Amino acid sequence: MALELARAQVDAMIEHAREDHPIECCGLLAGRGGRVETVLRGHNADRSPFTYRLDPQEQLQLFKQMDALGLDLLGIYHSHTQSPPYPSRTDVAKAFYPDAAYVIVSLRDKATPNDQVDVRAFRIRDGVITEEELVVT
Amino acid sequence: MATVFIPAPLRRVTAGQARVEVPAATVAELVDRLDAQHPGMRSYLLDEGGAQRAYVNIFVNATEIRSLAGLQTPLAERDEVSILPAMAGGGAHHGPPDP
Repeated sequence: MALELARAQVDAMIEHAREDHPIECCGLLAGRGGRVETVLRGHNADRSPFTYRLDPQEQLQLFKQMDALGLDLLGIYHSHTQSPPYPSRTDVAKAFYPDAAYVIVSLRDKATPNDQVDVRAFRIRDGVITEEELVVT
Repeated sequence: MATVFIPAPLRRVTAGQARVEVPAATVAELVDRLDAQHPGMRSYLLDEGGAQRAYVNIFVNATEIRSLAGLQTPLAERDEVSILPAMAGGGAHHGPPDP
């Protein structure tokens, strides 16, 4: 399965990572049938450069918003500010959404231009990491 | 009768249902009744000792039950209960050891 999204949506995640750098950013990708329709920004309740936790209260609001719009949760994105865009042990240990794509934006240097920022997506199911194709249209 | 919002990862347990109606006076009773209707719920929500799992947030209306009375939080007619597994992780390369 692939995740389809527009270049502007990829840029929106990168800009979020850039604004929150050096702490990790996080948010949700909502859409239908594998196609992202909206990027929903969240706040990292950990306020950490090493971990993220989407604020649970905000998560509830975002879930209700998706429900009201009839959109499905397609992905969960976050940034790595010190490491490549590949799920860490922490990412795998805390992956409770086997049907969502985990999208990671790697932004070590906040001056990196968008087209040189690595963004990759993965499924994490029962501790097994599988890369998922990102189709940028 | 409380309405329970079931998030996507738990719908495999509820045969795809996003909302389930459960008669219960407390959250603890709700968990037991949910598990009776949909086996597997209890072990998803609670650990072996019966405590709420660290990565599971349970809201009554808009408040997480840890800031209410935990599993003993009373439920009224028309309360809405939402179950939300945490969304968390992170690079953690130079951070504290993984738990």
